[in-house]
Amino acid sequence: MKFGVVVFPGSNCDHDAWYALGQVLRQPVEFLWHQSEEVKGFDAILLPGGFSYGDYLRTGAIARFSPVMRAVEKFARGGGLVLGICNGFQILCEAGLLPGVLQRNAGLRFVCKQVHVRVETTDTAFTATARPGQVLQMPIAHGDGNYFCDQATLADLERNHQIVFRYTAADGREEAAANPNGSLANIAGVCNRERNVVGLMPHPERAVETALGSDDGLVVLRSLIESLTRRAVVSA
Amino acid sequence: MDFVHCTVENPQAEACATGVFIRLSAPKSMLDTEIKVTPELAAEHGLTAEEYARIQKILGRDPNFTELGIFSVMWSEHCSYKSSKVHLRRLPTRGPQVLQGPGENAGVVDIGDGLAAAFKMESHNHPSYVEPFQGAATGVGGILRDIFTMGARPIAVLDSLRFGPITSVASGAKAPEGTARSARLKSGPTSPGLTSTAANLGDSHSASFVGAGFSPSEQAAKARALAPGGVDEETIARNRRILDGVVRGIAHYGNCFGVPTVGGEVQFEPGYSANPLVNVLALGIAKKEDLFFAKARGVGNPVIYVGAKTGRDGIHGASLLASAEFTEESQQKRPNVQVGDPFMEKLLLEACLEAMRTGAVVAIQDMGAAGLTSSSCEMASRGGLGIEIELDRVPQREPGMTAYEMMLSESQERMLLVAERGREQEVLKVFAKWGLDAVEIGRVTEDGLVRVRHRQEIVAEIPAHALAEEGPVYQRPLAPPAAVANERLVEFSAAGADLTENFRVLLAAPAIASKRWIWEQYDYMVRTNTLEAPGAGDAAVVRIKGTKRALALSSDGNGRWCRLDPFLGAQLAVAEAARNVACAGARPMAATNCLNFGSPEKPEVMWQFSRAVDGIAEACTTLEIPITGGNVSFYNETLGRSIDPTPVLGVLGMIEDASRALGMAFLAEGDYVLLLDGNASEASMPENAAKEFSSSEYSRTIRGVESGAPPAVNLAAEKRLIAALAALASGGQLQSAHDISDGGLAVTLAESCFASNGFSARATVTSKGPDEAVLFGERGARAIVSVTPENVAAVRRIAAQYEVAVVEVGRVSRGEFRIELNGKAVVSAEIPSLADAWSGALERLLSRNDLRKAE
Repeated sequence: MKFGVVVFPGSNCDHDAWYALGQVLRQPVEFLWHQSEEVKGFDAILLPGGFSYGDYLRTGAIARFSPVMRAVEKFARGGGLVLGICNGFQILCEAGLLPGVLQRNAGLRFVCKQVHVRVETTDTAFTATARPGQVLQMPIAHGDGNYFCDQATLADLERNHQIVFRYTAADGREEAAANPNGSLANIAGVCNRERNVVGLMPHPERAVETALGSDDGLVVLRSLIESLTRRAVVSA
Repeated sequence: MDFVHCTVENPQAEACATGVFIRLSAPKSMLDTEIKVTPELAAEHGLTAEEYARIQKILGRDPNFTELGIFSVMWSEHCSYKSSKVHLRRLPTRGPQVLQGPGENAGVVDIGDGLAAAFKMESHNHPSYVEPFQGAATGVGGILRDIFTMGARPIAVLDSLRFGPITSVASGAKAPEGTARSARLKSGPTSPGLTSTAANLGDSHSASFVGAGFSPSEQAAKARALAPGGVDEETIARNRRILDGVVRGIAHYGNCFGVPTVGGEVQFEPGYSANPLVNVLALGIAKKEDLFFAKARGVGNPVIYVGAKTGRDGIHGASLLASAEFTEESQQKRPNVQVGDPFMEKLLLEACLEAMRTGAVVAIQDMGAAGLTSSSCEMASRGGLGIEIELDRVPQREPGMTAYEMMLSESQERMLLVAERGREQEVLKVFAKWGLDAVEIGRVTEDGLVRVRHRQEIVAEIPAHALAEEGPVYQRPLAPPAAVANERLVEFSAAGADLTENFRVLLAAPAIASKRWIWEQYDYMVRTNTLEAPGAGDAAVVRIKGTKRALALSSDGNGRWCRLDPFLGAQLAVAEAARNVACAGARPMAATNCLNFGSPEKPEVMWQFSRAVDGIAEACTTLEIPITGGNVSFYNETLGRSIDPTPVLGVLGMIEDASRALGMAFLAEGDYVLLLDGNASEASMPENAAKEFSSSEYSRTIRGVESGAPPAVNLAAEKRLIAALAALASGGQLQSAHDISDGGLAVTLAESCFASNGFSARATVTSKGPDEAVLFGERGARAIVSVTPENVAAVRRIAAQYEVAVVEVGRVSRGEFRIELNGKAVVSAEIPSLADAWSGALERLLSRNDLRKAE
């Protein structure tokens, strides 16, 4: 089992993802340079947070054209597991691997704080070990996390249970005050229809040690590890 | 003529520091070399007749125009420290932990485990006024480069910010309860010798510095319109916009670069309305053997330029040629600020660290102040060698730049490095990988000269050492300001008065209120090391991965106190920063500083500076925290008025066991709340309570009085308290610690409640002093700690060993927040209502319609 963390110029949570997987969870993990044209030998790919290529045009808009994204796209279309965190989520939306877009926060300011999200579906490789409706505390740190899609897409997302995380209060109640960025329907994370690609704005890799405020992010990362282990058993 | 004189004074001083520039307006057809250098031209470059004569002596001839430009920036106040040097020598800079003291890009201390911490603080004041967003952003960029130039990866940033009032002070000012309300409260500062009340600002000569879209005449008109002691609505609105822009700028640069902004402090005083302060402290970590220094070695080694292209931004000086036009075209000629590119800087960071790891880099220096000029001549000078560069090879943003412009450009995100001859390809390859320009532009020479070639001609040839080290040094005249006559001191309320309402107002004062609105805009968690986030503890705490240790950092300063007494004020800044670090559970180990003052040509300002340096020197010596570097920012004045003298101290502390880091939050109901007092007796109550209390935040906010004297300083008491706190924290005997500072005991108790998970406190205090002084007095060497019942005895025992008094104040509770003084409840309120006043104050002020609305 091997994890790949993509490094775009301007990625700045790459080391945090590497540390969470490699040092905290003791998994084999390697960096993948943005110019890599293939992702062979990796079992799951993680697109980290940051400001890829400076994000001066629009978040994720340039990164999606990088060589590594062609390889990631192929990997995803073939059923490979891909997790996009923050800027990674934005890139996945720009690349069309996930539905919807991430707009400027409704408050027009960067927001960094601990938030609560409710697990809306455990039917993904990234939430498989969560309890349905489990509330996780994880930090957000973004200026463009305001999820939006048209009504038809939203209906699709609801129908297919593609909404993976919603911002809620600590007790799991869905309320406007718990929505930090104006996201449509309090959406914090979604998956594709095939359920192998997930993107979310909160940072599970920053929530892996209680000393830093929360270790709820482990639910996401451990689900991923467990799913990969199960896949390995099935294919063996 | 006054006006011309003023413009010379200001931009000259900070131009190279800040990138403020006014465009060269020499005839287009004229080449640099053809512009005849005269003593008058030198004067317009801010060089005195003596300085010009010195240049002629060093060169043995007249300088040409490019050389004149080079000398003028290198010998500017910012680059040469010519007015501050003689004073800075008095600061203690040595200690066994110090690996590098002042003189390099940053100070470096040994933090064990084979690691070193590089840290330094710098100002970006004027640019942040002219263009708050980019000014603050490039301030962050500049100090980050200083850190990674040393081979250290930046792991934390703190910002000390000063703005003009963002709310009307006068509106909060109330007469003391139980006394007749004064006819008219005068809230203007009554500073000795510097009493320029708002009303007389208007008739001073034109703006020496123009900012934020206001022409000098508009500003003067505005100043004239001020009511005495009041701050007009437009100024308040502008201060809010400056604050907003500065915070966005810091967020933009730090967040994108990927360094957590973990702490800092903010204060609001009228003196900063036309001259805000943006001081940025950065900390980085490196393996000791991987440290880099800016010292050229090896004759023949290639000099390589890396990073962003050189443009016409940040060029100063030549503007002064056109000073006659300045008034007429002030809008176009208004000083500009460079645009920072944090993405470029992030690439530069990764590429530089990777290039350093190849072993092929000999020396490296960032091109900050004075750009190519300072980086080349300082590297050469430190190495006792020369450097020859060819400007035609410098990557340029636009065609047709002159040698003068290229040498003085302050374009951001650039570095100059010396590589080992024969291994340059290894270095160039790394920069190519990161998509950055890297070009060999010259070589190290043995003749000790900085030689610059442009278009097949030598355009400058200057002895590097003379340029860098033999600049003018001034012992400027000092004069204490005249004492203020009939100073009005605060009147205390009658004993036993209900002070709850005043307390609530105080909690919502911008200086005291929660700064959450600010720090939530900063990514304070990236790199996953932040153990104590902003607002969680007295100091920011970042762990060092791969070790058990953590570092604590705090930056502090109080301009109001320094105005009243620069010696005591500076000592209090050192003491508070050190105390804060100790409250986080750390042992203070070293300090950096940023000294923000007015014009050094004013004897009163120079006296303030000298006294502040003396105060810092004595405090740092007593507390054993050497100063490893820092920055002096003079000429912080507009409309002829100086800011309050504002030395800001940044103290770094070590926590041996990161799991023992302390926050300020109360943790459990029933825990004991104890006051640790380094003064070891009831002597904490000042003899002249009214005089000290008149300089407190309460006095200013509630009474509109800012006078008297700063709290008395007892450095021995501070030292005892710091040692006791560090010992108690490392022994695990404390649940929380929070020093008593702005707002006094009452605010300290409340903040430990606000930071907690819904706890409150009940306190019972006895004292002979006036009620308000007991509750809100700000005398130092004191901290509030919470302790589990089983640890109380141990805490008392250990504190006694350090001769620190322990006073039982109360217990952590739920429900009503209550302080009883001499048997009578003087403050009682529910925590949620107090917390709301405190936590939402800034948001309510700053989310108004003059800014874009925050959700």
